[in-house]
Amino acid sequence: MAMTEFRTVFGSLKDFTKGEIEIIDDERRNYAFSNMFEVASKSAPYERVVVGKNLEYVLETVRAEGTSDWYTASHDEFALVMDGKVELDLVKLDDPHGIAPPGKAGAVKLHGDPAGRKMGLIKMGRGHQALLPAGAAYRFRASDSDAVGVILMQTILGDESVEKWSEICYT
Amino acid sequence: MAANPIEISASPVSNETGYRSFELGGFSFARDEYFAYISWTAGDQQLSHTMSADAFLRALMRAVAWGFFYGWLNFDSVFGTQQLYGRVKFFAGRYNPSYRDQGLDYEEIFDTPLAMETFKSLLRDWTNEGYDPFASPDETGTEWIGKKHGDNNEAVDREREVCRRMPGLPGDAPLRTDENGRPVNRAFLDVPQGQPEVHAEPGFEDEVHAHNLFGYLSRSDVTWNPSVSSVVKQSLFCPTTEEYILPVKHGNDRMEWFVQLSDQIDWEIEDKETGKPRAKVIMKAGDVAIMPADIRHQGFSKKRSMLLVWENGNPELPAMYERGELPVNLSGEF
Repeated sequence: MAMTEFRTVFGSLKDFTKGEIEIIDDERRNYAFSNMFEVASKSAPYERVVVGKNLEYVLETVRAEGTSDWYTASHDEFALVMDGKVELDLVKLDDPHGIAPPGKAGAVKLHGDPAGRKMGLIKMGRGHQALLPAGAAYRFRASDSDAVGVILMQTILGDESVEKWSEICYT
Repeated sequence: MAANPIEISASPVSNETGYRSFELGGFSFARDEYFAYISWTAGDQQLSHTMSADAFLRALMRAVAWGFFYGWLNFDSVFGTQQLYGRVKFFAGRYNPSYRDQGLDYEEIFDTPLAMETFKSLLRDWTNEGYDPFASPDETGTEWIGKKHGDNNEAVDREREVCRRMPGLPGDAPLRTDENGRPVNRAFLDVPQGQPEVHAEPGFEDEVHAHNLFGYLSRSDVTWNPSVSSVVKQSLFCPTTEEYILPVKHGNDRMEWFVQLSDQIDWEIEDKETGKPRAKVIMKAGDVAIMPADIRHQGFSKKRSMLLVWENGNPELPAMYERGELPVNLSGEF
C-alpha cells in the first residue's frame, strides 16, 4: 500500500535534534560531526564558524542577528538560509581588487560602507539560496528584530573563517 | 568520419525470459524473473553470485548515471566497480575476505567507454515498462519482476542535472517548475514553494539572483542521484533527495561531506577493504559530517529527505590521497 502522509522535518535554532554516532570499531572524531543550529546557538552574530572543510574550501555556519558588517570576496560565494528571515544587500564595488585582490581566498571584511553602485536587495527565508557574486560587497540583516537566523555559506577558507573543531564536533 | 561504434557482447533474447545476457571480459551477467546472476572464474572454479534484480538494477542505474562516480561502487558485499578515471575496474569478491582469503576473487580493468556501453545496454534490456530504478519502491512498485515486458528508456536515460554556477541564471540550468514538468514530489507537498524576493537595480538583473533551493529539491524526481546546484571554483554543492536505501555501498577515495538538510538518514559505515562494520552515523536536520576516505557507507532514509552532498571536484584528489598527501579524515584538526 502506498504511503500517503508525509511531514518534512527541518531544523531551526529553537527546535533541532542533533544526531548520533554509534561506534562499533572506530572513533567519533573521525566523522567531524556537528550540527549547524547548535553551532549557531553558541556563536556571536555573524561569526563565520567552519563546519566543513575540504582542502581550501569550507562551509561556514553564520548566526544572523541584527545587521552584519560588509564583506566581499574575489570569488563567488553562496548563502543558504537554513532558519529565519534574512535580507541581503549587494553593492558593485568601484575597486574590488583594492579590497580583495585576485587570488585572495575567502571573505574579506570591509572597513565601513562600500564605495560603489547599489546592485539590489534580496529578501530570503528558509531554504532560499543567494549568489554573492565575486567583486560585490554584501551584508546581511535579520529582518525581524526578535528573530535570529542561520545561514550556511559555501566559500573558501579566509581571514574571517573561524575554526574550533573540538568545540563543535563529537570527540 | 564517424567514430567506430563500441561493440558489446550480448546474447540473443532468451526464449524463456525475454532478457539478454551480457559478457564483459571474464564477467558474465544474466537475469531471470527475480534475480541477477554475475559469474566469473577464479581458482579454477566457475563462481556465481546472485542478487535481487531490483537491487542490481538500482545499483546499476547509479553506476551509469554517475559515470561510475568516484571511488568504489559496491553493489553488495561481493560485486562492484572502482573508478580509475578513464578506465574502470570490475571486481567480484575482492573486498570480501571470505573470497579474497581463498583466492576466489576476480578483478578486471576495462576502458570506460566499453564498460559504460555494456552497462547501459544491460540496464535498458533488463528494465521493464513501468519500472524506474531511480524512484523509491513506494513509487515504482514491482514491475521489475517477471519476464521481459516493455522497457523504460526514458527513465534510465535521464541525465544528471549539472549547473555551471547556479540554476536560474541566464544560460545556466533551469529551475524546476510545474510548467517544465517538475511537480513537487508526493513526500514534499508540505515544503513551501515561495521564491525569495529579488529586487535588482537596472543593469544588475543577471547578477542579483536567488532561488528556493528546498523548493527545487522538493521537485526532484529521482532518489540517490545528486545534481550540481552551486559552484565556487571546485567546490560543488550536490544536493539530492533520498528515500529507502542507497543502492550501493560507496567506498570513498577522498573525504565526502554530508549536510542533512531535512529529515533523517542512518549511515552504516564499514571498513573499505574488508566490509567490517565500523560505526552507524545517524544524521538529522542540520547535522554536518564527513564520510572519511577509508570507509564504505550506505544510507537508509525512512522518509524522503534532503541531503546536501558537498564535493571538492579537484581531479588531483584521488592521487593525492593515494600518495598519502592528504589525511583520510579531519581528526588532525581537533
